[in-house]
Amino acid sequence: MTEMAHGTVVVQSGEAVLPRWWRTVDRVTIGCILALFAIGLLLGFAASPPLAERNGHDPFHYVIRQAAFGGLALAVMVMVSMLTPVQIRRLAVLGFFGAFGALALLPAFGTDYGQGAVRWYSLGFASVQPSEFLKPVFVVFTAWMIAASQEVGGPPGKAVSLVVTITIVGFLAMQPDFGQAALVVFAWCVVYFVAGAPMLLLAGVGALVGVAGSVAYSNSEHFARRIDGFLSAELDPNTQLAYATNAIREGGFFGAGLGEGAVKWTLPDAHTDFIIAVAAEEYGLVLVLVIIALFATIALRAFFRLTKERDPFIRLAGAGLASLLALQAIINMGVAVRLLPAKGMTLPFVSYGGSSLIATGITIGMLLALTRTRPQGEIGDILLSRHR
Amino acid sequence: MTLRTPLRPLTRILKAREHGENPDAIERENLRLRHEAIRDKMRQRAETRLLLLAMCFFAAFVTVGLRMSTLAASEPEEPRIATSGSAILNTRADIVDREGRVLATNLVTNSLYAHPHEIIDPVAAARGLAGIFPDLEEEALLRRFTSDSRFIWLRRYISPEQEQQVHELGEPGLLFGPREMRLYPNGSVAAHILGGAGFGQEAVNAAEVIGVAGVEAQFDEDLRDPARDGAPLELSIDLTVQSAVEQVLAGGMVIMNARGASAVLMDVHTGEIRAMASLPDFDPNARPQPLTEGDQADSPLFNRAVQGVYELGSVFKIFTVAQALNEGLVNPATMVDTTGPLRMSGFSISDFRSYGPSQSVSDVIVHSSNIGTARLAQMMGAERQQRFLEQLGFFQPTLVEMVESRSGRPLLPARWGELTTMTVSYGHGISTSPLHLAAAYASITNGGTLIRPTLLRQDGPQMGERVVSEAVSAQIRDMLRAVVTDGTASFGDVPGYAVGGKTGSADKPRPTGGYFEDRVLSTFASIFPADDPRYVLIVTLDEPEIVALGEARRTAGWTAVPVAAEVIRRVAPLLGIRPEIEPLDGFQLSSASD
Repeated sequence: MTEMAHGTVVVQSGEAVLPRWWRTVDRVTIGCILALFAIGLLLGFAASPPLAERNGHDPFHYVIRQAAFGGLALAVMVMVSMLTPVQIRRLAVLGFFGAFGALALLPAFGTDYGQGAVRWYSLGFASVQPSEFLKPVFVVFTAWMIAASQEVGGPPGKAVSLVVTITIVGFLAMQPDFGQAALVVFAWCVVYFVAGAPMLLLAGVGALVGVAGSVAYSNSEHFARRIDGFLSAELDPNTQLAYATNAIREGGFFGAGLGEGAVKWTLPDAHTDFIIAVAAEEYGLVLVLVIIALFATIALRAFFRLTKERDPFIRLAGAGLASLLALQAIINMGVAVRLLPAKGMTLPFVSYGGSSLIATGITIGMLLALTRTRPQGEIGDILLSRHR
Repeated sequence: MTLRTPLRPLTRILKAREHGENPDAIERENLRLRHEAIRDKMRQRAETRLLLLAMCFFAAFVTVGLRMSTLAASEPEEPRIATSGSAILNTRADIVDREGRVLATNLVTNSLYAHPHEIIDPVAAARGLAGIFPDLEEEALLRRFTSDSRFIWLRRYISPEQEQQVHELGEPGLLFGPREMRLYPNGSVAAHILGGAGFGQEAVNAAEVIGVAGVEAQFDEDLRDPARDGAPLELSIDLTVQSAVEQVLAGGMVIMNARGASAVLMDVHTGEIRAMASLPDFDPNARPQPLTEGDQADSPLFNRAVQGVYELGSVFKIFTVAQALNEGLVNPATMVDTTGPLRMSGFSISDFRSYGPSQSVSDVIVHSSNIGTARLAQMMGAERQQRFLEQLGFFQPTLVEMVESRSGRPLLPARWGELTTMTVSYGHGISTSPLHLAAAYASITNGGTLIRPTLLRQDGPQMGERVVSEAVSAQIRDMLRAVVTDGTASFGDVPGYAVGGKTGSADKPRPTGGYFEDRVLSTFASIFPADDPRYVLIVTLDEPEIVALGEARRTAGWTAVPVAAEVIRRVAPLLGIRPEIEPLDGFQLSSASD
């Protein structure tokens, strides 16, 4: 009766947006991200004053910028994590075309900031590196394509995504930025692997890479020298790598002490690519292990949550995003300890860099959105099995 | 991924059709079921693969962590070097001789500077400093101390005594900066070889020590390389031998009234320079300024043995003879026409003293016949002569390991015609350094293999390319020995050491063209012991002149030879050569008056 008299009472179909977000989102991952960001700021206090001094800024110029960009990145992360998977897919695909266009136009409008590789757009107050933003949306695009190809009568998504991957790698190699190119290729491989690539094919590709590597090693003197330099125990003491290695040694288990580190005075990239060396020198192995544990937690939790996921697109996109983040961290730290050949790559959320921070915020935001707990039709499963 | 449609649903459709139902709903239902089945299968596969991926990443993180741990647990090995900005760290390696005796090392000392705004009593400070450092002027100091400048360098380095005296002034505005300075504890010994060092980049707390000449400059980067970890640079020279050579040479230069002198003592098998001296010399601890006017060759900094290129004269004859023997044109007993004077395109070549119309090849060397040598060179021609001299290294700088060697570029005749061939055969028209000569003598007497001179300690003989055969090398040694026993170098004999050698007294070229008649460069190129040579010694005296037997004597036999003999007498025991007391068979010691 009441309804007849007063019209339908507006009843919320579910709970409010924020509480629901808080209930379903992976809170541990959010905690890890906040911890990493805090560590990044802390290290920025140690690592960036020498650079600020060299560039004639206020000593904490870069820390303030880092905090500003970090706050922005966290906000972006939270907002993105509130989107539904479908919204994520749509926005990411749109974003992908935007970023792809930006990457393609770099040779015409980009700048190299005197570093020899045209990777940035200068916006006056800040610079934007399109490849940083391209990576996460590319993963989503690839996941969408491959997931669609698995539908009956779906589009040839694998072929399309492969062609797109090769095009992007081409653009990145032109800059040149082989690190990002490798990441893109790797992300595509992960998505394809999770989507069920034949094991035989993967083994074949692995063998092919091995053969190509050994052929290159025996035929190209340049390549051989790079590999030898990487493999040899001796290290030219004037290289960034040597300083980084030495800093880790100086740090020992508990570090040389706050502000006692010396490597930040010598390494031009102390606040970006070699931030882990600064961490190791001032705070010791303890902090480094904490950082590694944080990254491992984020990645592994994402993988475990995704094993329960039924939607192929979400599964693929989530796995790709988590791998992207984890691999970038592994490469960054692996270079500092000479497990991998030298390659400039930032440590997500810890290194200084506006583009990198916000792009990482988007990546994590999407990952959080995709790994939110949602009904997975377990009841339907049970019914289905009974039905059979 | 296309799956074959299972049969049963099709029968359902057929049944439905029979019953007149719409088969589309069943079709859709079938499609949905197929979808479910595919997704189910995919999900199970994806689950394993996700776990696999998670494991891989976990392993990678663990690897990075373990690697970090092992690195953190290991001790830092590489010494830290130059940080940008403040400290210039300096650890220049020592230089030692072949026995490990220190030739160059570092000494920690202080520099002195002033902060005028902190000086309490400028007048007293200026007076005090002027008292301690006589070359500082009190008025000038006072003017600077009362000026607006906030920083004044006073001395680059000061001695401990001076430091104490400055301390005693008690002036807080006078400050010390730590300095590492290069110290050459042996003073002027081996000065030209070591060269010297100076300050490069300078800061208050440290200064970079850089090599400015000699091996210090040649090996500057090596010596400064922190990876050396203080390992000293080992030179081939022997400090005692070097010192003895310099001492004897200095005495000889005074007695022979020469303007300058040089000596090179080299191992004929390894090419190691055991001693190398150039007089006048200098103290590398206080390197003199380069001459601002006049000929740089007169500066004590000039290394006559390496940088100086001279027409060395008759010492070259042995190369002509060696080539003629090696090419089988003659043997030591072949008679050569020595009737003079030999006229050639307007020039005439004559001998210092005539020994008859023809002489054996051996006697051409023993009596130093210009005509005989010229005739041999004529037989071989310019091209073959050039080839042989080039092979012996006369066409290029020696490139011994000191920066100055690059400037010791031989002067070659512009046109190398027949006349040039003849003059070059007895050492005129081609200018080379004494070090070139030492290497070439070593090459033809050590058995015939090429020697390149070196200042670094070697582990074994150089196995250079062959320049003359063993047999020719032996014949050459016999001839060189005969020069000492029967020829122009009779003062060169040192009992027990079987010295062999060849003299050369070259008229010095006038800067205006032509040659001086009363100025010679006298050279003695010697080997010892001649039967199985171990060392070659080149002694050159610049414009020597003595009066002997009532005559002014300038030739090498009277000047360079006795000096060289005295050098050998002194250094042979130091080099560990046992004297052969019994004269060798077939040789007679000749008397000095011969």
